[in-house]
Amino acid sequence: MTPDESPTPLIHARGLTKKFGEFTAVDAVDFDVASGESFGFLGPNGAGKTSTMRMVGCVSPVTAGTLRILGLDPNVDGPRIRGRLGVVPQQDTLDTELSVRDNLVIYARYFGMSHAEARTKADALLEFVQLAERAKDKVEPLSGGMKRRLTIARALINDPSILLLDEPTTGLDPQARHLLWDRLYRLKQQGVTLVLTTHYMDEAEQLCDRLVVMDKARIVAEGSPLQLIERYSTREVTELRFAVGVQETLDGQLEGLGERIERLPDRVLVYSNDGEAAAAAANQRGLRPETVLVRRSSLEDVFLRLTGRSLVD
Amino acid sequence: MAVSGAPYRLRSAGDLPRRSPLAGLGAAYEHMWLIYRRTWRGSIFGSFVQPVLFLLAMGVGLGTYVDTASPDALGGVPYIQWLAPALLVSTVMQGSVFEATFPVLGGFNWDRRYHGMYATPLTPFAIAFGQLGWVVTRALMVASIFAFVILLFGAAATPGIVLAIPVAMLTALAFAGPVAAFMSTQRDTAAFNSIWRFGVTPLFLFSGTFFPIDRLPDFLQPIAWVLPLWHGVDLARALALGTVGQQPLLHLAHLVILLAGAIVGLVATYVMFKRKLER
Ligand SMILES: Nc1ncnc2c1ncn2[C@@H]1O[C@H](COP(=O)(O)OP(=O)(O)OP(=O)(O)O)[C@@H](O)[C@H]1O
Ligand SMILES: [Mg+2]
Repeated sequence: MTPDESPTPLIHARGLTKKFGEFTAVDAVDFDVASGESFGFLGPNGAGKTSTMRMVGCVSPVTAGTLRILGLDPNVDGPRIRGRLGVVPQQDTLDTELSVRDNLVIYARYFGMSHAEARTKADALLEFVQLAERAKDKVEPLSGGMKRRLTIARALINDPSILLLDEPTTGLDPQARHLLWDRLYRLKQQGVTLVLTTHYMDEAEQLCDRLVVMDKARIVAEGSPLQLIERYSTREVTELRFAVGVQETLDGQLEGLGERIERLPDRVLVYSNDGEAAAAAANQRGLRPETVLVRRSSLEDVFLRLTGRSLVD
Repeated sequence: MAVSGAPYRLRSAGDLPRRSPLAGLGAAYEHMWLIYRRTWRGSIFGSFVQPVLFLLAMGVGLGTYVDTASPDALGGVPYIQWLAPALLVSTVMQGSVFEATFPVLGGFNWDRRYHGMYATPLTPFAIAFGQLGWVVTRALMVASIFAFVILLFGAAATPGIVLAIPVAMLTALAFAGPVAAFMSTQRDTAAFNSIWRFGVTPLFLFSGTFFPIDRLPDFLQPIAWVLPLWHGVDLARALALGTVGQQPLLHLAHLVILLAGAIVGLVATYVMFKRKLER
């Protein structure tokens, strides 16, 4: 076992494995999450993010390896650990027959809070996620973004030590995402430990101090967003988009434009430390792309480098 | 340390209370009450209408005919008095199958409420038994209203009709347990429709509620013995008519079989819920 950087990580996983029958959904992953940190799992569909989160959430038994949460073993102390977690699952689990407020009140009761405490807390949280005026409405007609906000409010009802968020903003419009990010950012500033999964590199860059990239049940890289970009990509990227059919005829003409070339079906990415210079070099070679875009490297590029595939298809 | 103005209060990670599984069970049960609060008016009304209609049609209508045609067929007891406690148990049984089907399908597949509950300190024990506890509570409500209607109709032979209520609750559990366990494996109502058509409805008609099971063809009589409805029906009837003493062993057997069915149902529901939640 490797020595821990921090005295007691809130989450400690070594060789953590999940199998469904013969199929391995999570294959011997190692990670630690320290108190107050916000930690992300970035990866494409089927990478094993949810399977990992469910084990950490103590609702899915560990097949092999070590997992300690708040220093306890989920197989032994699942209910006790769950008492200190807040969970935003990938698929909503709200009670659609109850009102918005009653969803929070009954959830508080699950954590052993008194009725009075439950009601006070529910009202404060509805304010926090800007749903106070919908308190008496049923859950059914709420928009996707509102349901997500309600689920986050519900996850905070017990003042959790760790907040687990499985794709908190997937399927939401940009405005709803930004509102959620703002709320999560505030929680982070209050010292809540966040663990989240996402397909979105902007989300990971915004919210995560540190993240792991998962692909095909394994962790393929780990670090802060900046570290990962420095390690696996260049400072800048030049995106060249050619007319239909032209890209296939460019064999041999692209090499050497930058440190690395990545051909996607619809465009060519040139990785270098000076994107403008790369664009100029392409021009000198007589290449005539329809559009040229110079941008900073992102986690998307890291992912492409690590897995040979793009993150969001 | 409280953050002023924030809805969130940071808690120390070392603060890990143990809670008794019974506390969780109470909260899961409370959840069902909360849902019921929104729908109770309609359901109470239905609970009155059904016994009134059945007692009018079968008890008064058919009963007048039976009593005139063969006054001694049922040991001299008026048909409506003979029918009423049995109808109470059969009606409660039907309700319990409903209550063990839709909340369970919804809890696992539709709004996935059970998965939300399981993300808290609640255990599969609390979730499974909270649901079955609620089925028994509903049985108590429906049976009590039914007994009240029977009294209004003057269809009670003795005060023993009150004892049909606990018998109905036990019968409800003996049905709801296995049904809930099975429904945890289903994704939609397809199987429920078959169970209702080919299981519940024939049972309702042929388990000695409307006529004695010795009127059934010989090959069907063992089926009445195996499935718990006839045991509940016959026991409730004997208690209501005050005839338990005539065949004490048979009625003891009824009680034992109902208890066994209830226990099997409880265990099966617990095992299946646990398997389904822990993936
Ligand atoms: N209960 C289950 N039974 C069998 N296989 C499962 C089960 N849950 C997940 N899997 C499989 O495990 C793999 C990983 O799934 P998981 O849900 O963890 O991926 P993910 O990274 O969360 O993907 P997504 O981004 O689509 O949510 C998938 O191939 C999935 O089909
Ligand atoms: Mg997932």
